[in-house]
Amino acid sequence: MTDLLAARLQMAMSLMFHILFAVAGIAMPLLMVLAEARWLKTRDEIYRTLAKRWCRGTAILFAVGAVTGTVLSFELGLLWPGFMEFAGPVIGLPFAMEGFAFFLEAIFLGIYLYGWDGKVPERVHFVAGILVCICGTLSGIFVVTANAWMNTPAGFDIEQGMAVNIDPWAAMWNPASLAQTSHMTIAAFQSVAFAVAAIHAAVLLRNPGATAHRKALAIALPVAVVTALIQPLSGDFSAKVVAESQPIKLAALEGQWETERGAPLRIGGWPDEEAEETRYAIEIPYLLSILAFNDPQAEVAGLKTVPPEDRPPVAITHFSFQIMVGCGMVMMLTALITLFLWWRGAKGPPQEWMTRHPWFLKLLIANGPLGLIAVEAGWIATEVGRQPWVIQGVMRTKDAVTQVPNIWMSLVSFTLLYLFLGIIVTILLKRQVFASLPGDGPNTDPEVD
Amino acid sequence: MWEVILGGVLVVVLMIYTLTGGADFGGGVWDLFASGPRADRQRTTIGKAIGPIWEANHVWLIILIVLLFVCFPKAFAILSTALHLPLTLCLFGIVLRGSAFVFRKYDPDNREAWRRVFAIASLVTPMMLGMTLAATSGGYIRIDQQGRWMHQDGYLATWLQPFPFMAGLLAVALCALLAAVYLLGETDDADLREDFRRRALTAAVAVGILAFATLGVALSNAPHFGWRLSGSAWAIPFQLLAGATALSVFACLWLRRYAAAKFAVGAQAVVMLSGWALAQFPYLIVPGVSIADAAASEKILAMTFWILAGGMPLLLPSFFYLYRVFSFSASR
Repeated sequence: MTDLLAARLQMAMSLMFHILFAVAGIAMPLLMVLAEARWLKTRDEIYRTLAKRWCRGTAILFAVGAVTGTVLSFELGLLWPGFMEFAGPVIGLPFAMEGFAFFLEAIFLGIYLYGWDGKVPERVHFVAGILVCICGTLSGIFVVTANAWMNTPAGFDIEQGMAVNIDPWAAMWNPASLAQTSHMTIAAFQSVAFAVAAIHAAVLLRNPGATAHRKALAIALPVAVVTALIQPLSGDFSAKVVAESQPIKLAALEGQWETERGAPLRIGGWPDEEAEETRYAIEIPYLLSILAFNDPQAEVAGLKTVPPEDRPPVAITHFSFQIMVGCGMVMMLTALITLFLWWRGAKGPPQEWMTRHPWFLKLLIANGPLGLIAVEAGWIATEVGRQPWVIQGVMRTKDAVTQVPNIWMSLVSFTLLYLFLGIIVTILLKRQVFASLPGDGPNTDPEVD
Repeated sequence: MWEVILGGVLVVVLMIYTLTGGADFGGGVWDLFASGPRADRQRTTIGKAIGPIWEANHVWLIILIVLLFVCFPKAFAILSTALHLPLTLCLFGIVLRGSAFVFRKYDPDNREAWRRVFAIASLVTPMMLGMTLAATSGGYIRIDQQGRWMHQDGYLATWLQPFPFMAGLLAVALCALLAAVYLLGETDDADLREDFRRRALTAAVAVGILAFATLGVALSNAPHFGWRLSGSAWAIPFQLLAGATALSVFACLWLRRYAAAKFAVGAQAVVMLSGWALAQFPYLIVPGVSIADAAASEKILAMTFWILAGGMPLLLPSFFYLYRVFSFSASR
């Protein structure tokens, strides 16, 4: 294995592991604050217990997210010193702001997690939760602008191989920033809301009378429905930005080899990089031109416009993009079904419609992993789709990699470490969810320490 | 001008990280060495003290790294290549320390195992951080004419040396001292306080001995650095100041003036790190990379400074509020 491949795999592995904890750190506080808001309004003990239970899971996820995030900040240099030497000052602004936002998130989360039961005044506790939400979201947005800059670099000139005349503000608000940050922020809330909804649906399927779980589902479902319905719009906007600024990435995402007017949208299919064609895809005529440029006759550039060494690995990019879009479509349909059931059940007892049909609970369970899968697949699509560039059109990934030899050893050790952490976290979360929330109210639960 | 200011900011952030995050590592060290009839209560006190605050404390390290790559990108690139191994070991320590600390709380069946992982990682991480820091001062990372690290020197000679080793031990002892003194304020149990007082006194002696030993080793193994600390114009006043703060820590502990001890030990750590920074100046990596060599443009440095200055009025009050809410005196 070359050091370049090992470094890419280690970076991919570290990011894919961290992102699961990062989205939880962004979205779980919202669910907790919503539950706490219900508690403050209704004084129904179940909501308070629920918020505290979610806190336990969040404490585990946030801690692992914080330390794996630290690993990433070091890995930027440990694996890509050439990239950081060039890009550090250009994208320093979002990183510095992310530092602050994450700092505040950690502080207020400390207050939130440990401040129950009157350790801080009730109102302060609630406000701390809201601040965690805001700071977590901002911290995610800032980091994603740095990634967007790698896709559509802006705000600098190059002189003798170094970045000069840096305009950090222009670098931060580069052409891809708005599309990427909105898509990822929605994805964070969507993926976590679907996962949480699935967990509580699983308990309700076994025990439909579990009030606490029904209330939990009633908090997670609206977040899931709203995000699943707006995410396709954000995705469409993102695709248009990619079409405009990274035509070769768009071609790889869609398996489009030839430059053509009235390009079709391909569903499925096998991009054959030897034969330079995409086989077995279901093609919907003109739709790609419409989706990318709002014009059925618009010209879509194909992969063949650049020499093979400038093309990304097409198959991986195309497959992961299809997986992301597919998951998004299923979640959108699930959201529509949910809305329909809610509308039909509106006359019945509140929240009763959620547990009336076991098939609906099963559907929610099946949707549970889709958001997280879509997040992972989406990141693979956007990162692999940018190759062979680490900074699109400016620096190749192979020129950024460290000269340290035997990176595969580092890859293996971090993979084993993260595998181990992943297993432990899964076991602990499972125990938290199923053992400590039997469901019929706070009295049956052991008290939180 | 701006590069010196930002270099100073880096040192200040390092000081804050030592006083906050360093003490958390020290807590883990005392968990490892908990003993006697009150061993369990010692551990409970440590866990309660660092539980709500360690994640916030840890962020100072992230701020430090971000400042380094934004303001001194060239130094960041060289250091993360030449010191790849100790930094990777550091990361393992950081990941295991943080995860084991929460697992310990939420996995009662394996509490003992997680406690061990937490305690050992708390020892290894400051050791590696101390070694990494000292490796930038020792002159082992040689730079060629083009300003590149001479990688034919290999990945061990840059840090696996007597001086960084001693500095690593010193870092562990300093963290342990800070933690023991802070822990005196985290309990009102007289016996437990005596436990922590004995530990603080032991650590204070260890810091004193290791500080002299590190300087002694530096004279031969890191000559530039050793000479600056012992022979330059400011060396004698600095040594006297360091000695005075160390003695004041002893005196406060001896007289059981615990609030004053906390102040004194903070002063001691700040003075020691100032000495390191002065001996290092004007280099980021002795002797090949000066602060000016590695600095980003004035505009970036100034902007970073003003972002920091603008963010602090938000950050510091929140940070102090967190500390105040979870201080032991507030919980009574």
